[in-house]
Amino acid sequence: MGAATTTVPRAQAHHPDPNENYLKAERGIMSWIYTLDHKRIGVMYLVSVLLAFLIGGIFALAVRLELFSRGKTIMDADAYNRTFTLHGVVMVFLFIIPSVPAALGNFILPIQLGAKDVAFPRLNLMSYYIYVFGACFALYSMVNGAVDTGWTFYTPYSMRTTSAVIPMVLGAFIMGFSSILTGVNFIATVHKLRAPGQTWTKLPLFIWGLYATSIIQVLATPVLAITLLLLCLERFLGLGIFDPKLGGDPVLFQHFFWFYSHPAVYIMIVPGMAVVNEIIATFSRRAIVGYMFVAMSSLALALLGFLVWGHHLFVSGMSEYATMVFSALTFLVAIPSGVKVFNWVATLYKGSIRLESPMLYALSFIFLFTIGGLTGLFLGVLAIDVHLHDTYFVVAHFHYVMVGGTVMGFVGGLHYWWPKITGKLFNEGVAKVAWALVFIGFNVTFIAQFIMGSRGMPRRYYDYLPEYEIFHKVSTIGSWILGLGFLTMAVMFVASLIKGQKSTRNPWGSAALEWQTPTPPPLANFIKVPTITRGPYDYHLATEEELSEK
Amino acid sequence: MSTAASHAEPARPHGDSHHAGEPGHDEEHHGPAWLAHHFDTPAQQFDAAKLGMWAFLAQELLFFSGVFVAYGIFRSWYPEAFSGASHQLDRVMGASNTIVLLFSSWTAAMSVRSSQLGKKAQTSGYLIVTIACAFIFLVVKYFEYQHKFHAGLLPGKFFGHPVDGGLFGAIPAGHGHVPHLPAKAHIFFSLYFVMTGIHAIHVIVGIGVMFWILKRNASGEFSKEFFTPVDLVALYWHLVDLIWIYLFPLLYLID
Ligand code: HEM
Ligand SMILES: [Cu+2]
Repeated sequence: MGAATTTVPRAQAHHPDPNENYLKAERGIMSWIYTLDHKRIGVMYLVSVLLAFLIGGIFALAVRLELFSRGKTIMDADAYNRTFTLHGVVMVFLFIIPSVPAALGNFILPIQLGAKDVAFPRLNLMSYYIYVFGACFALYSMVNGAVDTGWTFYTPYSMRTTSAVIPMVLGAFIMGFSSILTGVNFIATVHKLRAPGQTWTKLPLFIWGLYATSIIQVLATPVLAITLLLLCLERFLGLGIFDPKLGGDPVLFQHFFWFYSHPAVYIMIVPGMAVVNEIIATFSRRAIVGYMFVAMSSLALALLGFLVWGHHLFVSGMSEYATMVFSALTFLVAIPSGVKVFNWVATLYKGSIRLESPMLYALSFIFLFTIGGLTGLFLGVLAIDVHLHDTYFVVAHFHYVMVGGTVMGFVGGLHYWWPKITGKLFNEGVAKVAWALVFIGFNVTFIAQFIMGSRGMPRRYYDYLPEYEIFHKVSTIGSWILGLGFLTMAVMFVASLIKGQKSTRNPWGSAALEWQTPTPPPLANFIKVPTITRGPYDYHLATEEELSEK
Repeated sequence: MSTAASHAEPARPHGDSHHAGEPGHDEEHHGPAWLAHHFDTPAQQFDAAKLGMWAFLAQELLFFSGVFVAYGIFRSWYPEAFSGASHQLDRVMGASNTIVLLFSSWTAAMSVRSSQLGKKAQTSGYLIVTIACAFIFLVVKYFEYQHKFHAGLLPGKFFGHPVDGGLFGAIPAGHGHVPHLPAKAHIFFSLYFVMTGIHAIHVIVGIGVMFWILKRNASGEFSKEFFTPVDLVALYWHLVDLIWIYLFPLLYLID
């Protein structure tokens, strides 16, 4: 295969034309709309999910603001129900699930594999438009009465309510197929498009994470799809499958829903962990300790994710025997999660750590995810869950995992790969201020929720008793700090686009493959197909040339 | 200039499936027209397509698994309703459709075979027969559905209301009851229509895709070297067949 002659890609020097990059290769809006380039599709996803994050964030601030004081603050109870539902739906289906895999993954995965594109570029573009199409349904529902069921659409309420359930559920159904097709594409890409020399043991851990995620996407999402379809038909025809009045079983809906949605929490978190691997290796200039353990723990999470859904139904009416089995299985999840955390800490220990903004987010991820995971164990204990179920404790738990974990991973990855994607540097000082605001704001918001949750404040309530008022006030103020942090970050990124300095090939001095190609990457990702001769974290094997900025 | 290659161990294993054969597979065009630019070899492209299709089919199976689970649960809850209701189905029609589909699976496989041998006309022939079978299946299904509509054996809340208008035209809403059937029989018919309906949608999609493949075959796109699309549509068709093989006994035969 010309192994002796093909080498890792060279720096720009070999390619004098500085315009030859994916952003400039073709021009005009049409060249974006019809693009088959995974990098452009990744960027389109990125813009879309950031927009979704903004919308979901506004709903979140509105919910918190309503709860700032007792009684009516800015909206009535009905609007409140719709607002928190929309917050959940937008954050889960429109933002967090596609965030790392579809946006960052689309851009980075083929480059890290040394491939020119994903296996099925046309399917990739189609996935994006399916996502947009589904998002339009969700939007239609939002402006047409919205949904007040909570993002879980539990029956029988979701069959009775007069809110616009059907368009929203169809939207989630459609976006599910986008997720499935992305998974199919990534699986084929990882298996078949690795560059010469890219063995499974030299795969970047980001790829391992996305690969495990893809498996979950392909195997879990269709179950949600059929569930949502049945829910629509139930509303439309009164099938009698979920409606107890017609002889159906509403708990069956919960089983179906969580058979998808628990694995879905791994669709969210595993890619976040995967990003963190890349950042930690780069900013401690060290190989991730226990590479194979970390890689396999992603697969283990993917598989275990399918076995524990019942812990969401402890109080929904299950046999005692089943609850015990699910409780026991749930604890197993702590093992691969722990493996990751310990390996990161071991990597950091003795690493030469540089605290630049991506690293700050990665460290926050470890810290916050650890809290989120440990509080998950509380909920996995049967007796304790009965007390904590549907309280703010649960809300705080999954926000520590989803926001403290996944969002930190996503945002860290965004900072980390921003120069590669846009070709621009951002203001590191402002980035650190934004990080501090996000980190402080987040903890203030949700620690208050842990406390009031453990004292019995139920989730999804419009009003509350006076003794919870102080916690709600603190939580709401925290949400403003958090919002300010994200606003600062947004301003910083926009400023970077407008007047940011041009980035060099490898601003962080990373040994990973995607930093060896010009910034922004050329259309075919590399000037010459790379031959992989060392692992992505083998700093001891990397040359000065590879680690240099240039 | 120093590169990673200078640190290379002599034996350089490569991606287990990466059939990169020739050096310098770079920007300049390589291989036949149907080889996409991001693949190095036809084998690599074929393997990727096949793997992608298998992953997609796995997804299809899990999609159907939901209704199968629902079927299992309600069957065990309401055994009399299910056995009484399943007698309302027309076994002759169901059995003929099974045979039609099995036969079409064979013709689909034969279309792949003839495509591999580069026999263009034969490929078209087999594809046309497969499409024809798919249509026969739908026609039989149409008559089956029509009988159910007239007998008031409709899903959910329409159950028990004979229709005289269009599909949903004259059915008054409400939870009806067909006197000679046990209570809860409507759940069986809900599942019957959902399961066979989703399956029928798959048949219709299959027809569309096969027409497209037929057109591409007619315009000479396929050859001994390149027959992947024919192969993939046949795989899909086998899945549609397989699912019916489960639906038929579950809905029509088991008492
Ligand atoms: C890894 C990422 C995780 C994510 C993204 C996540 C997310 C979530 C979400 C969204 C809920 C809320 C369900 C609802 O609306 O009622 C939840 C509940 C729950 N989680 Fe997690 N979780 C994660 C990890 C864990 C872990 C590691 C455990 C246990 C070892 C765990 C145990 C639970 C339990 C038992 C509940 C049910 C609480 C209840 O309903 O009372 N989770 N999680
Ligand atoms: Cu769960």
